Order: sequence, then structure tokens, then C-alpha cells
Amino acid sequence: MSSAATKVAQSQPQPAAVAPPARPGTPVRQATDYSSYRVVAAKYPWRWVGTAVVALGVLAVAWSLATNPRWEWGVVAQWFTAQSVVKGLVETLKLTAISGVLGFVLGFTLALMRLSASPLLVSVSWTFSWIFRSTPLLVQMLLWYNLGYLYEKISLGIPFTDVRFFEVQTTTLISQFAAAVLGLTLNQAAYSAEIIRGGILSVDQGQLEAAATLGIPAWRRSTRIVLPQAMRAILPTAFNEIIGLVKGTSIVYVLAYSELFYTVQVIYNRTQQVLPLLLVATLWYIVITSVLSVFQYYIERHYSKGAVRNLPLTPLQKARKFFATHAAAPSRRNF
Amino acid sequence: MTETLTAPSATRGLVEITGVRKSFGPAEVLKGVSLTVEPGGVAVIVGPSGSGKSTLLRTINHLEKVDGGHITIDGQLVGYEVRGDRLHELREKDILKQRTEIGMVFQNFNLFPHLTALENVAEAPVVAQGRSKAEARRRGLELLDRVGLKDRADAYPRQLSGGQQQRVAIARALALDPKILLFDEPTSALDPELVNEVLDVIRELATSGTTLIVVTHEMGFARDVADTVVFMDQGQIVEQGTPQEIFTNPQEPRTRSFFSKVLEPAFNI
Repeated sequence: MSSAATKVAQSQPQPAAVAPPARPGTPVRQATDYSSYRVVAAKYPWRWVGTAVVALGVLAVAWSLATNPRWEWGVVAQWFTAQSVVKGLVETLKLTAISGVLGFVLGFTLALMRLSASPLLVSVSWTFSWIFRSTPLLVQMLLWYNLGYLYEKISLGIPFTDVRFFEVQTTTLISQFAAAVLGLTLNQAAYSAEIIRGGILSVDQGQLEAAATLGIPAWRRSTRIVLPQAMRAILPTAFNEIIGLVKGTSIVYVLAYSELFYTVQVIYNRTQQVLPLLLVATLWYIVITSVLSVFQYYIERHYSKGAVRNLPLTPLQKARKFFATHAAAPSRRNF
Repeated sequence: MTETLTAPSATRGLVEITGVRKSFGPAEVLKGVSLTVEPGGVAVIVGPSGSGKSTLLRTINHLEKVDGGHITIDGQLVGYEVRGDRLHELREKDILKQRTEIGMVFQNFNLFPHLTALENVAEAPVVAQGRSKAEARRRGLELLDRVGLKDRADAYPRQLSGGQQQRVAIARALALDPKILLFDEPTSALDPELVNEVLDVIRELATSGTTLIVVTHEMGFARDVADTVVFMDQGQIVEQGTPQEIFTNPQEPRTRSFFSKVLEPAFNI
């Protein structure tokens, strides 16, 4: 490489190299043609050492996972798709989906309240987040489930009068499922409110001014101009929250609600195969998180429209490009 | 919405600013400013930074609420409505409607980065004026063509140069067929070699019958294009007149001292 560099340095002071199109007939010193040279990549030996050490560690972990009989992979396989486990999995997904959607809808409302000009709305929103972020989810869950102790009946009517349209026993209304959804939703709303508010604040004030000067109405301004830009800041944290929620649903076991985690607990209490069954639950949580990560990638990519000059290739497009370029005749490099 | 931009109409776009005051906290940035811009006129406001030029511009479309005085456009109050002997502040909906008659171009473009050039231009006519999407697109392409960017209609703002972005912003402001166009230092964020492509577009607009109010530091442009040059300092209009009067024979010492700093010697013959 050093000899090539010298050649470049030598050719530089030549006037021909400065004035681009050499006039025909003018004697020009032939510029060296490097197109036939082979490029040798720079070498980083320590990177290889590091890679080798880590690879060894990964291999050791994999080996122990595969060979230690106490993991009881046979038992894992046997229970992985068992009907009761799948049923628990469906409950977990149901809880996640319902409280995730409700939580973010409520969180969005709270975020707008917090950003409004009314001091009352601001303080109510602030207090909501303060309370629900300050109490452990476990406590909230038990509190909702035992609401019947505090209020025997729940009724709908005109406040401060005796008019009642509708009245129901609290214990019939708040089932395990309802308590679980209520607890998870309110907790989720408190956190997502802050995430959404942060996202909205990250959008430049000039965007709102530009929209206002164009006469774009307030609702359209939020949905078309601000939110799509806020999404870039909201999404990574929001997905963190949703993934947290997937596993957070496991706390519902305190209500004896048969979601994934409670289900495997019931099974291993009977069969005494504690670790393999915990592994079953873990693997399912990993599967859910992985699927969510794929969604996250593509949704984030969608909202990065216009934020980067050129969208990065998706893994699929990368693979296609890799095969396209490597299947074609080698040796010629593309600059 | 049958008026076309190219047809000069002397009946619309009269801006009358009367005794406007504005404070930000303890700082009074506009200390009773009065200015009249005739329909189809081109007023260029110059002056040192912090003199209140941009704030004055932003009061014209009610982006800044005035603390005192008033502004009318073709005799209609901006941001308020007269009922009996009181001025009622307009609701946002009505303010937005007024704003569709006043286009604004910002120093840092403020294009919507997640929308293409054409989407930027075609958004407001649909939601603020209820035009059909197809019509807004057709008109958007026309306007992009007019600023020389028809072939970049599908590019996102970040894929465009600063000068191109500002030209898209001008097309966006034109899409609502405004009576008045406000330019807030439209070339200040641009590299020197990109300034002229934007000024050329504004220059072309100056002959179109739309009232233009331009805040700028481009003195050459002000001399070429303005009917009226307004010199502002410390929240007041110090002097105004034709470019000839202001640039070659300023009366006030403050004006003279400002121009002696910003004008190149060759310019000040």
C-alpha cells in the first residue's frame, strides 16, 4: 500500500492531475491505473483475539446447556406445546394486548392533559403518574382485586344525589381478569404518558408554527405533523415498555389468574420439575419478545421516513443484495 | 378561490400596522410601531439583530399576540373582532382562517421533514381550504415547477439543499393563494452560493401583485426589489422611504451608522 501511496503523491503536482480533461494531443504523463490492483483490508489482530475469547465463552455456555442433564430438555419439549401451557400463553398475550392498548390510549390522554394550558388538567395528570409510578404493581394488583372490601357496590349515577342508573356488586364486576387488566393498564398509562409527552416535546416548535401559519387545524396538526415526528422518540422506549409489560403480566399470578407463569407454577408444583418448566415459560417469553423486536424494527423504519437521507436496508434486502453481488462474477469491485 | 397569483389585484393585501407594542417579560421589543404597506407593495425591513423586525413580522399573522395597538389587513382586524365597543379575541378556528390569507416563510424553512416536497405543498390546501387531493397535488406540482423544483417533488426535505428547501417552503406558502407573504430572514440560514436562487424566486413574486413583507440582511436585494425600505432599531421604526432615499441619503444618524457597517464601500456610491 505504501508504494501505491507514494505514486499518488508523485502524480499530484502534475498539472494534468489538476486540470480534469486533458486536451487531445497534449502530451500528458500517463496516470497510474489502479483498477487492476487488489485491495488488502487493514488487519486488526486483537479484534481476532477478542472474537476468539468470546466465541469460546459462547461455545462453553451452549455446550453446558446441551449436555447438563439437569436442564431436562426432554421435559421442556414435552411441556412446551402442552395444551395448558398454550392456554396460559394465550392469556398472557391477551393481557398484554388489552392493557398495552388501553394503557397507551390512556397514556396519550394523560400526556395531552399534562401539556394543556389548564392547571387542573396538568395537576391531575401529574398526580396520576406520581401515584401509579410510586406504588409497586403488586400492591396495585392486590388493591384492585380487593376493591370489594373497600366499596361493596359500584354504581353509576349523578354524584351527590340518590339517583342511580346502575348498581353492581364490586366482587362480581372485578374478576381476576378485570383486576389484572385494571392494574396493568393504569400502571402502563402512568409510564407511557411520560414517554409520549417526551416524544411530543422533542418535536421542534417551528413545526407547530409552520402548521399554524398554514391554517392547519389543531387535531390535524397533532396527528399529521407532530405525532409522526414524535413517534421516532416514542417508539424505542414504548417497545421497551411493551416488552416489560409482557413479562409484567407474570405478576398476575398473585391473583391466581392462569396466565403463562401461573400455569407453569401449577404444573411444577404437581410434577416437581421446577427448572424445566420455568425454562418453558422463559422460552415463550423469549419468543414473544423476538416477534415484538421484529415489529419494532419495521415500525421504527416506517417512522424514520424523511428523518434520514436514505433508509437503511432491511435485513431481507441486505441478504438479497449480498447474494446478488456474490453470485455475480467476483474479482471486480464496485466503488 | 378563483383569483390567480399572477393577476395583479390592487384591491387586496393592504396591511396597516398601528401603534403596535409587544413585550417579552421585562423587555419591550416593539415600542409602538406603525407601518402601512400598500396592496401589492414590497416592504423590506432591515435593522440590527434584536431590533424587533422578526417580532413585528410575526404579529402580522398573529403568531405573536400584540400587547397594544392593532393590525388590519384590508381593513379587517387581525386576531380580534369588533363587537360593540369591545375587541373580542378570535377563537383559534377563525385565526387559522385568517392565516390562510397570510403566507409565511421562515428562516429555518420549517418544512415537515416526514413529508415529501409535494406533500408539504399540498397539505394545507386540502385541510385548510377543503380542496380535493387531486387538485392540491396538481397545483402543488405547478408551484414546485414555478420555483424550479418539479423534478424533486418526491424528495424529502433532508434530501434537498438549503436553497431547495427554502424554495419548497415558498411554494408551500403560495399554495393557499395568500394576499400577503411574510419572509422572515429567508436567506440567513443558507450558504452564500444558495442565497440567489431563493432571492430570484422572491424577486419574481414581487411583480405578481401579492403584498410582500421581507425581513432580510440582503441589502442589495432590498435596493433592487423594495418599494419601501423600513429601518428598525430598538423596537422602533427609525426611518422609512424608497430604497434610493434610505440607502443613499439616510436622514437619521442611527440609520447612517448601521449602513456604514453593513454596506460594502462599492455599494455606497
